[in-house]
Amino acid sequence: MTPLLIAQVGLTLFVFVMLLNSAAIMVYVERKVAALMQQRFGPYLVGPSGLLQPLADIVKLIFKEELRPAASDKWLFTLAPIISATAAFAAFAVVPFGAETTFFGLLDEPMPLQVADVNVAVLVIFAIASMSVYGIVLAGWSSNSKYSLLGGLRSSAQMISYELSYGLALASVLLMANSLSLTDIVNRQEGTWLGFIPRYYAFVQPLGFLIFMTAGIAETNRAPFDFPEAEQELVAGYHTEYSSMRFALFFLAEYVNMVTVSAVATNLFLGGWHGPWLPVSLGWIWFLVKVGALLFFYVWMRWTLPRYRYDQLMAFGWKMLLPAAVINLLVTSAVVLAFGL
Amino acid sequence: MVAFYCFASIAVVASLLVVAQRNPVYSVLLLIASFGALSGLYVLLEAPFAAVTQIIVYAGAIMVLFLFVVMLLNAPHEDTEEDLDRVRRVSGAATRLQRGPLWFGALLTAAFTVELVWALGREATLVSAFTRPAVSSVAAIGAVLFTEFAFAFEVTSVLILVAIVGAVVLARRETRERSPGVRPTGKV
Repeated sequence: MTPLLIAQVGLTLFVFVMLLNSAAIMVYVERKVAALMQQRFGPYLVGPSGLLQPLADIVKLIFKEELRPAASDKWLFTLAPIISATAAFAAFAVVPFGAETTFFGLLDEPMPLQVADVNVAVLVIFAIASMSVYGIVLAGWSSNSKYSLLGGLRSSAQMISYELSYGLALASVLLMANSLSLTDIVNRQEGTWLGFIPRYYAFVQPLGFLIFMTAGIAETNRAPFDFPEAEQELVAGYHTEYSSMRFALFFLAEYVNMVTVSAVATNLFLGGWHGPWLPVSLGWIWFLVKVGALLFFYVWMRWTLPRYRYDQLMAFGWKMLLPAAVINLLVTSAVVLAFGL
Repeated sequence: MVAFYCFASIAVVASLLVVAQRNPVYSVLLLIASFGALSGLYVLLEAPFAAVTQIIVYAGAIMVLFLFVVMLLNAPHEDTEEDLDRVRRVSGAATRLQRGPLWFGALLTAAFTVELVWALGREATLVSAFTRPAVSSVAAIGAVLFTEFAFAFEVTSVLILVAIVGAVVLARRETRERSPGVRPTGKV
């Protein structure tokens, strides 16, 4: 085994474990932030200031009984959470999170901090995101329960509607960067304007960034767009009939998806690992800070905004977000064509 | 080569199983598996863009709608003979009623198909165009699509427009009135 191969395998394992960890940390952060906003303490009994709470949750989930409704479809009921979790993890494979590195001289030639360097990375993420719909739809259908089915159907309608705006917001960045590779897009955002404004696409494409984040929240089925699991109407939506680790897989997928969307948004709009003060080799710290800020934004939104009504969601997606994304794309292409950015 | 045989056998077996299934939901899923294997073949041909579009368009968008329809119809098994009889009666009546538009539609479809084949055949460079190494880049695909194959591209878009209009017409006929409560006014 060459050192490069060992480093690749190590990096892949590292990313996998960190994604698992991120879900556990997000569960804790979510509960703590929610408590902060509602003037409660949140988890505080397990470990110092409740830090071991995620561990306790996981142990509890593992020891729960795995139930399957008698009328459910055996194969698809098992397959659905697997699809959800797999799609969530697979999408992060093409996301770069740092500049090329030799790991302090351990490697002869630098390797990118990325599991797979694909030249159509942006489209791969988009393709895998469209695959994750199946997990939810199949969970809804195979459970053979009205709440699950309605949750699944809502979710697929919502994801298909918001995927369009998501894609168009992406396309305007692609036009500016003239590349489909996330590494290239990040490197186009290096440097500053006038010496202090970073050249992030968020400043050139504020509307695109806003549309991307909104559609991203809808894509990951988070509040205020969490219709697939609207408790008051649908019990728990598509995962009503799931228990134990199968349920945990859906939960895991949701948090990993959040991390992926935040990481992609960081790369596309917030300059990835580029930032002031730190050398390029420590750029991943900037990356973590930015992803963390976006994740906090997610949690903040969830505990601030009430859920939309379903028809409002559809009207907003098709009549506001999509036209705004189309106009944004048109203006961007016109400007790029005229000035050749 | 091993990868090729893996993907190829998955594609063939999944496609065969699509028609061998009694449960339409399984058929849809197997078709998705077949599409996934096809996209793997595209990757082997060093056309990652074609591979990803295959997943986004077919597996991601079109098959979701297929699954949607199958789930909403909730037909767990093949139609019984009784059902088929009913379908035959209904479709027979429909044909008698709309023979004129149907003929027109058939004519239009035939015309478009001929034109499409002709357009693709005239630029018989199809095979050579897609085996050119540069075509794997997105810019090259865009250039080829809007110059050499512009006519075929436009005809296809008209074909899709016809399909959309047809779908709207068919959907309109069924719902006479809008049920109350579908669109709340939002006024208090």
